[in-house]
Amino acid sequence: MANAETDSSVYYVPHNGWYPVVLAAGVMLMLTGFASWLNATSNGEPGSWTQTVIGFGITAVVLYFWFAKVIAENQQGLANEQLKKSYVWGIGWFIFSEVMFFAAFFGALFYARVIAVSWLGGEGAKGLTGEYLWPEFEAVWPVMSNPNNALFPPPEQSMAAPALTGWLGYLPFYNTVILLTSSWTVHVAHSAIKEGNRKKLNTWLGLTVLLGIIFLILQAEEYIVAYNDMGLTLGSGIYGSTFFILTGFHGFHVTLGTVMLLVMWLRGLKGHFTANDCFGFEAASWYWHFVDVVWVGLFIFVYVL
Amino acid sequence: MSEVIHADHHDDADHHGSGDHGPEKGLARWLFTTNHKDIGTLYLWFSFLMLLIGGVMALIVRTELFQPGLQFVNPEFFNQMTTNHGLIMVFGAIMPAFVGLANWLVPMQVGAPDMALPRMNNLSFWILPFAFGIMISTLFMEGGGPNFGWTFYAPLSTTYAPDSVTFFIFAVHMMGASSIMGSINIIATILNMRAPGMTLMKMPMFVWTWLITAYLLLAVMPVLAGVVTMMLFDIHFNTSFFDAAGGGDPVMFQHIFWFFGHPEVYIMILPAFGVVSHILPAFSRKPLFGYDSMVYAVASIAFLSFIVWAHHMFTVGMPLAGQLFFMYATMLIAIPTGVKVFNWTATMWKGSMTFETPMLFAIAFVVLFTIGGFSGLMLAIAPVDYQYHDTYFVVAHFHYVLVPGALFSIIAAVYFWFPKWTGKMYNETMGKLHFWLSFIGVNITFFPQHFSGLAGMPRRIPDYALQFADFNMLSSVGAFIFGFSQLVFLYVIIHGIRNGKPAEGRSWEGARGLEWTLPSPAPYHSFTKPPQVRDEEVHG
Repeated sequence: MANAETDSSVYYVPHNGWYPVVLAAGVMLMLTGFASWLNATSNGEPGSWTQTVIGFGITAVVLYFWFAKVIAENQQGLANEQLKKSYVWGIGWFIFSEVMFFAAFFGALFYARVIAVSWLGGEGAKGLTGEYLWPEFEAVWPVMSNPNNALFPPPEQSMAAPALTGWLGYLPFYNTVILLTSSWTVHVAHSAIKEGNRKKLNTWLGLTVLLGIIFLILQAEEYIVAYNDMGLTLGSGIYGSTFFILTGFHGFHVTLGTVMLLVMWLRGLKGHFTANDCFGFEAASWYWHFVDVVWVGLFIFVYVL
Repeated sequence: MSEVIHADHHDDADHHGSGDHGPEKGLARWLFTTNHKDIGTLYLWFSFLMLLIGGVMALIVRTELFQPGLQFVNPEFFNQMTTNHGLIMVFGAIMPAFVGLANWLVPMQVGAPDMALPRMNNLSFWILPFAFGIMISTLFMEGGGPNFGWTFYAPLSTTYAPDSVTFFIFAVHMMGASSIMGSINIIATILNMRAPGMTLMKMPMFVWTWLITAYLLLAVMPVLAGVVTMMLFDIHFNTSFFDAAGGGDPVMFQHIFWFFGHPEVYIMILPAFGVVSHILPAFSRKPLFGYDSMVYAVASIAFLSFIVWAHHMFTVGMPLAGQLFFMYATMLIAIPTGVKVFNWTATMWKGSMTFETPMLFAIAFVVLFTIGGFSGLMLAIAPVDYQYHDTYFVVAHFHYVLVPGALFSIIAAVYFWFPKWTGKMYNETMGKLHFWLSFIGVNITFFPQHFSGLAGMPRRIPDYALQFADFNMLSSVGAFIFGFSQLVFLYVIIHGIRNGKPAEGRSWEGARGLEWTLPSPAPYHSFTKPPQVRDEEVHG
């Protein structure tokens, strides 16, 4: 009989397994726990994290076993060329769906900046309502004074970029440099696998993970400054809302990407991956390039323009 | 351990590769399965259960609307019923039913053993019962369940929403994750697992429509996730996306929602087009007319679906240029849709037709979906939409495309492929009874709503002016006929599974396609070796 590894005329269908249904249950526990906590705190009652943490634990443990099993199956030679192609399609279109997730927030930023805020400022055919309700409001971006400043206290300062000469003292500029560099380092790591140079792979991939972590630390620092010194919060109106949702979800995705790359680094140290068999690493690196591209969009549309 | 290696010991040409894992026994089979047929069955039964639950909610609504005045439920509960009826039917009944059909049919039709990513397939399904468990449980929470309409417009769904909206948001996130994983799986299966020789333009129409639907899902479900996330932040983290006091805009919610919502409409109808494009040729004993143009029409409709969303919001305030753009773009959709309807008609033209149950449902689909299409064209015209907006005319329109449209095609598909799935024939007489009861019921329910809508009856209101009484009474009678006739469907299915006569491999004389080259019932793993794609099995 044909060898499953090379012969795509033989299909491999995995065994039944308990992972998916338990994962679904874990996710449900995590999300309902979180929802209960949110509702409790919003109503001024003490909320409990217990259920959320248990649900997250189940989710994480199942994912660990699930991925371990897929890796083990691949090492036994069960994943044939066709399945590997399915993985490529899978991660590719998953990244596309992530792009669309960010598209919703970029769309919101665009709509708010270009349409909603100018109407509120009295521009255009629909501007009359804004004129009547909030005659004081002026349409500028970043919005430094909201229509109702009592409900939504405006920020004292925005994150908008200074003139080019000031960029050396501008934290988001460093974050841009770091992420772009990390895209390059992960590419060097990929070339290293293709050359079969394991030492180089470990070095450059480790460097990428490090850059990811530095980015996250700087991003946290930026948030601390925003909240403590600039009065820029989630509640400071549409500028703060769009700023934090875009950079926040990007930061969350950088966290996921860093964890993925960290796992790949640990796998590399264990001797996983060969020039022709390194899909897990490639998937993580594609994801990493994706979060970098999103950051470039953020830097242009949220910070600079 | 590997199935492939086990199979070495008993190299049975039909079953190698997977010969040692037939269905498990008992509940474990359904909880842990990686088999596309088992998962398809789960999806279909789940969606039927949701159809019944959503149907009961509809009947509560129709009971209240049987007469003017408030008789049976209080308005707050009425709002929860209309909202949950819509959400459950869209996300719980129609969409999972089509995913169930895709699970059963796509691997068989492209000549694959299973879906490309079987374990993720199981996850896609099992998320759903949990998600809908959360959603239905909101009805029993303090403050009641979602009551802001299935479109959950802000600020009804943010500032003025019951606490349970938080749970609703996470339920939507879970459904979205399920749809995205399902779509990725279907795309990978179609693009990567086709039998040698099955080029893209030889793919069965159902496969084509699902490929395009999967892309629509991938593009818009994340946007839905994004918009509910912004709701969550507005509710709990004091952001002002949809609050003008902070510089946001409630109309922005509607734009983002309908950017998801309009492609969503086509997500629920494109696979229906695929189903009908199999059934009409089979019972006309002719190949599908204009296969290539059918593919291009579906692709065009999918593309247009991304640039028409604001026709749902003509009355909320939009610059004139915007109204004109969205009006004309919407009317463009009539062209590819017309291509499809004419091609179906031409397929039947001079065919040697017979009228078994699936064919009856498919023909009813063509006629009644076209009625829904025409009323859609009327609604697309911005100046007259000011009259129709938020009236029962809209309700009649979208129920015509969703009930005798999407739902009829699902029922037709179940009858058509039932022998292939179970190896048994259903009872034709009972099937026809089910059809006629449904056909009559659906028209009595929804046709009068055109008139009450044109006369100005608003939707989503538990009480109405006296002049609408007759049409509403008719509607309610029709709804009960239609609702209870689905129990006939249930009977036909169960009776067929238990007592049906054995079915042949090619269960219908005129049926074409790889699935009909398999025995009935189809083996647990459809094709363990890629089959030959012969020209006479192409294009139904």
